[in-house]
Amino acid sequence: MKRRWTLYDPRLAWMLVAPVLLLLIFFLVLPIAVMAAYTFFTFVTAGVETSALTTANWHEFFTDSYYSGFLLKTLRVGAITALLCGVLGYFPAYFIWATTFRHKWLLLLLLIVPFWISFTIRTFSWINILGEQGVINVALLKMGVINEPLPMLYNEGAVILGMLHFLLPYMILNVYVSLESIDRTLISAARSMGCTSAQAFREVTLPLSLPGLAAGLLLCFVLAAGSYVTPQLLGAGRDALFGNLIYDTIMGELNWPMGATLSIVLFLVLGFFAAVYTRYMGMSQIVKGLGG
Amino acid sequence: MKAARRKQEGRWAWRLTGFVTVCVYIFMFAPIAATVILSFNASMFGGFPMTGFSLQWYGKLMANEAVLAAFRTSLWIALVTAVVTTAIGVTTAFALVRFDFRGKQALSTLVILPALVPETILGVGLLVLIKAVDQPRTMLLLVLGHILLAVPYVVLIAQARMIGIRRVYEEAALSLGASRLSSFREITLPLLIPAVAGGALLAFTISFDNTSASLFWRPAGVETMPTQILSMLKISISPEINALGTVMILVTVGIPLVGGLILQSLTKLRRRGEPKEETQ
Repeated sequence: MKRRWTLYDPRLAWMLVAPVLLLLIFFLVLPIAVMAAYTFFTFVTAGVETSALTTANWHEFFTDSYYSGFLLKTLRVGAITALLCGVLGYFPAYFIWATTFRHKWLLLLLLIVPFWISFTIRTFSWINILGEQGVINVALLKMGVINEPLPMLYNEGAVILGMLHFLLPYMILNVYVSLESIDRTLISAARSMGCTSAQAFREVTLPLSLPGLAAGLLLCFVLAAGSYVTPQLLGAGRDALFGNLIYDTIMGELNWPMGATLSIVLFLVLGFFAAVYTRYMGMSQIVKGLGG
Repeated sequence: MKAARRKQEGRWAWRLTGFVTVCVYIFMFAPIAATVILSFNASMFGGFPMTGFSLQWYGKLMANEAVLAAFRTSLWIALVTAVVTTAIGVTTAFALVRFDFRGKQALSTLVILPALVPETILGVGLLVLIKAVDQPRTMLLLVLGHILLAVPYVVLIAQARMIGIRRVYEEAALSLGASRLSSFREITLPLLIPAVAGGALLAFTISFDNTSASLFWRPAGVETMPTQILSMLKISISPEINALGTVMILVTVGIPLVGGLILQSLTKLRRRGEPKEETQ
């Protein structure tokens, strides 16, 4: 006999989540599982591999310093970018939170606008600033400060700058959300007990905003370390990051087993950082920062 | 004396904060402004100095078949993505907020993963999967991929709104004899409208902007707007690209801004005479 449907029947819930669940299974879980299996496949020649199991890909990854060098560089660039984002992003977040400016919404809107502008466009627009015919070089040449255009593009600095540009709004919004949730009476309380504003900031505001800062750091680190477009457009070949290595291995060399191995490595390494973070901070802050 | 000095320090700290804030905002918008300005440059080269005002690059853009085709492709993909993602995302958020079922926690974590896993990994994963089952890359695959990338944001936005809607409204409708579907349609959905619209707009822009994953997933010979820009950039930056960038900025910033304004005036009209909404 069929069970009667209750008001909040779990069966109905499953029907409601079914499309998203199927999508997640077939486009997220299954691909990563198959990719994990692919890391043990044998590479024959470009575009061809057999399902004869081998550990050759992993062996190559662990023994060839080419790969570990790439990984370390990617993590270093990601960490530098995240830290710079943290330092530079905290000020605007604090300013927007603390300001008595009437049109605060405008400052917040301006932070969201970059999310609407194509990421590719935001990235290549730096060529107009840093390039040989960019604002800086043309201005400096005109003023006679330099005789030759400065080579500011196509290096690691430009890559970090470009990533900073696209990650700062994430950081500012994360810190802002966390500042917004602070009970402001706590700060008044600290002040009335004799704290200076600097002490109140150090003892109350800063510690209470750390969850947002941590969520922002994780998000910026993961997104920077996984980026592909920015190093492609603003870096030279040797400034490529792990994402570019994966792309070239698959789309260029057509070495699918190795490409899968590299993807799984990046997935595991970034997943490790995310897991350490959630172990201590939980998921809720990330959820808030992403728009929840 | 000491107190006065401290006050002074506080003021300087606040000024520094303001100064850094202004710098960060300039940093975020200066390159975009430079691109927009350069798109009107009469010069042959995509760079400064400005040699005169001209709209020729926009004209050239309008005559560029490859660009127009890519634009149409991206527009269609983004529209389908926005509609489908909103539909399935909102029902998922509804289930996650209203219902209790086993695995709910796991699902709400799983659903944000596409936003956290780097696109390169998602891109390669899906390609490896379809290679394993020997399927070609199709438009459908690309669209479903975009939906996957947009789902977390739509679910999160709808969930945040859903939590604020009291379930007694729906239950009142049900107890008065409405069916589940009509209670959702008549009560819940209208209250969710801001989240639905916001989610749809975001899904649209996510799809329209997507670059890295699209490079992996697009069928052979198909270019979306961002991949088209990327392949044009391989040659060099030209005024035409600046013009294209400006058009894209107008589209992707204009649509949400106008949409948001319309929505705001609609809710204002609606709010009149209605009691203030309470939260759970």
